[in-house]
Amino acid sequence: MRYSALALIRGALTGQRHWTPAWRDPEPKPAYDTLIVGGGGHGLATAYYLAKEHGITNVAVLEKSHIGSGNVGRNTTIIRSNYLLPANTHFYEKSLQLWEGLEQDINFNAMVSQRGVLNLYHSDAQRDAYARRGNAMRLAGVDAELLDAAAVRAMVPGLDMENARFPVKGGLLQRRGGTVRHDAVAWGYARAADRRGVDILQNCEVTGIDVVQGRVVGVQTTRGPIRARRIGLAAAGNSSRVAAMAGLRLPIESHVLQAFVSEGIKPALDTVVTFGAGHFYISQSDKGGLVFGGDIDGYNSYAQRGNLPVVEEVMECAVALFPAFSRLRYLRQWGGIMDMSMDGSPIIGTTPIEGLFLNCGWCYGGFKATPASGWCFAHTIATGAPHPLNAAFTLDRFRTGAVLDEKGAGATPNLH
Amino acid sequence: MRIPCPCCGARGNEEFTYLGPAGLTRPAPDASEDAWHAYMHERENPAGMHRELWWHGQGCRAWIVVTRDVRTHRIEHAALARDPEAAR
Repeated sequence: MRYSALALIRGALTGQRHWTPAWRDPEPKPAYDTLIVGGGGHGLATAYYLAKEHGITNVAVLEKSHIGSGNVGRNTTIIRSNYLLPANTHFYEKSLQLWEGLEQDINFNAMVSQRGVLNLYHSDAQRDAYARRGNAMRLAGVDAELLDAAAVRAMVPGLDMENARFPVKGGLLQRRGGTVRHDAVAWGYARAADRRGVDILQNCEVTGIDVVQGRVVGVQTTRGPIRARRIGLAAAGNSSRVAAMAGLRLPIESHVLQAFVSEGIKPALDTVVTFGAGHFYISQSDKGGLVFGGDIDGYNSYAQRGNLPVVEEVMECAVALFPAFSRLRYLRQWGGIMDMSMDGSPIIGTTPIEGLFLNCGWCYGGFKATPASGWCFAHTIATGAPHPLNAAFTLDRFRTGAVLDEKGAGATPNLH
Repeated sequence: MRIPCPCCGARGNEEFTYLGPAGLTRPAPDASEDAWHAYMHERENPAGMHRELWWHGQGCRAWIVVTRDVRTHRIEHAALARDPEAAR
């Protein structure tokens, strides 16, 4: 028993000086079986499932900053699996199932809260589109319910149902969706991977990838060279930069997405609500702050901050949905760098370089995918071939035309 | 972020619509699959100076090539896309 009530009480009497780091801070070894580049949620989950599912424990996760400093700590914490295309539906459903068992699995309280995700519709056409998506989900064994306006009104008080421009006509509800404490996901996976022997190397930035005769042999880092025959890239917004070190040019653009937290208020919103007439999603954290966001800014960016027009648009969406929230102040706003792919769907798979595997293209849906992404990526790295769940997420689908375009927006990364 | 439009002067970026990187050359219709794939999908996506196309839809409606540092959003240069200097 590592944590107990008794230890807490003893700690309270001794100034809480008994706490020790939850994972080791090892020196890099000269060689590992497998390297994961990127210590975000996906990289840590990959390392954990490599160790747990495949028995590969001679693994290092290379993180250029510290654990939790990137998108895993910058998102709006929503989990769901309400996708239309079969490849996406099955993959995200796997992820939701892993979320449901995650806390027991890694023995860490990630505050998984299945409070429901409600997508509002505002027109007959949108209702039909949501009915179709809900039916597709149910055919795939995923829960979905189409609510009418009365059911939405009963479920979410405070909505401006009779908005003159975009009246709420109903919603598509996934009750098993919800939110997760995002930082705890990073810490939980890091600790669980570390327990199984994975080395988590922080402040260890990859500066070069060594490729000899079409095969990876190792990386150069700010903490020295490290050899490995299998390397998985999970660098999110920096994927293009890392892949370029191996001579790859990816179908990715990096864009900035902003998120916001209001001042803490009493419980006002017990589910996740998304606006159907704009791009906007909102929930309330257990601390009381409203957590919300909208669209990406829409232009290439590696700056972890955005600009004011999107801030204004997001606030307008918030107030259009919940007029009472106009009285709130927002406390914080920040940005994360999204790896926007050309069809809006992710890439998990092999590359033309032997031993080099790629995990990127998460657009702004990466957080909910964290467990399944790690699970599938671990399978791909361990066996050298994709699992059926990620078989459609290949890098070469853009060349062959087998793209997964949920939105039908085409090769326009800023519109997905 | 304010974009220095060559026609209208510095304007808020909400007046503009972003297209993507400038300088992509559309291949000939009978070009190879590789050439079309590279044009359609593959991007340099640099973390530094980036030449990109913006449309001043709520102003002079000109297409503009902007040279911008995507790490800081600092704009170094903007020129009309029809100007051969900018099109290079």
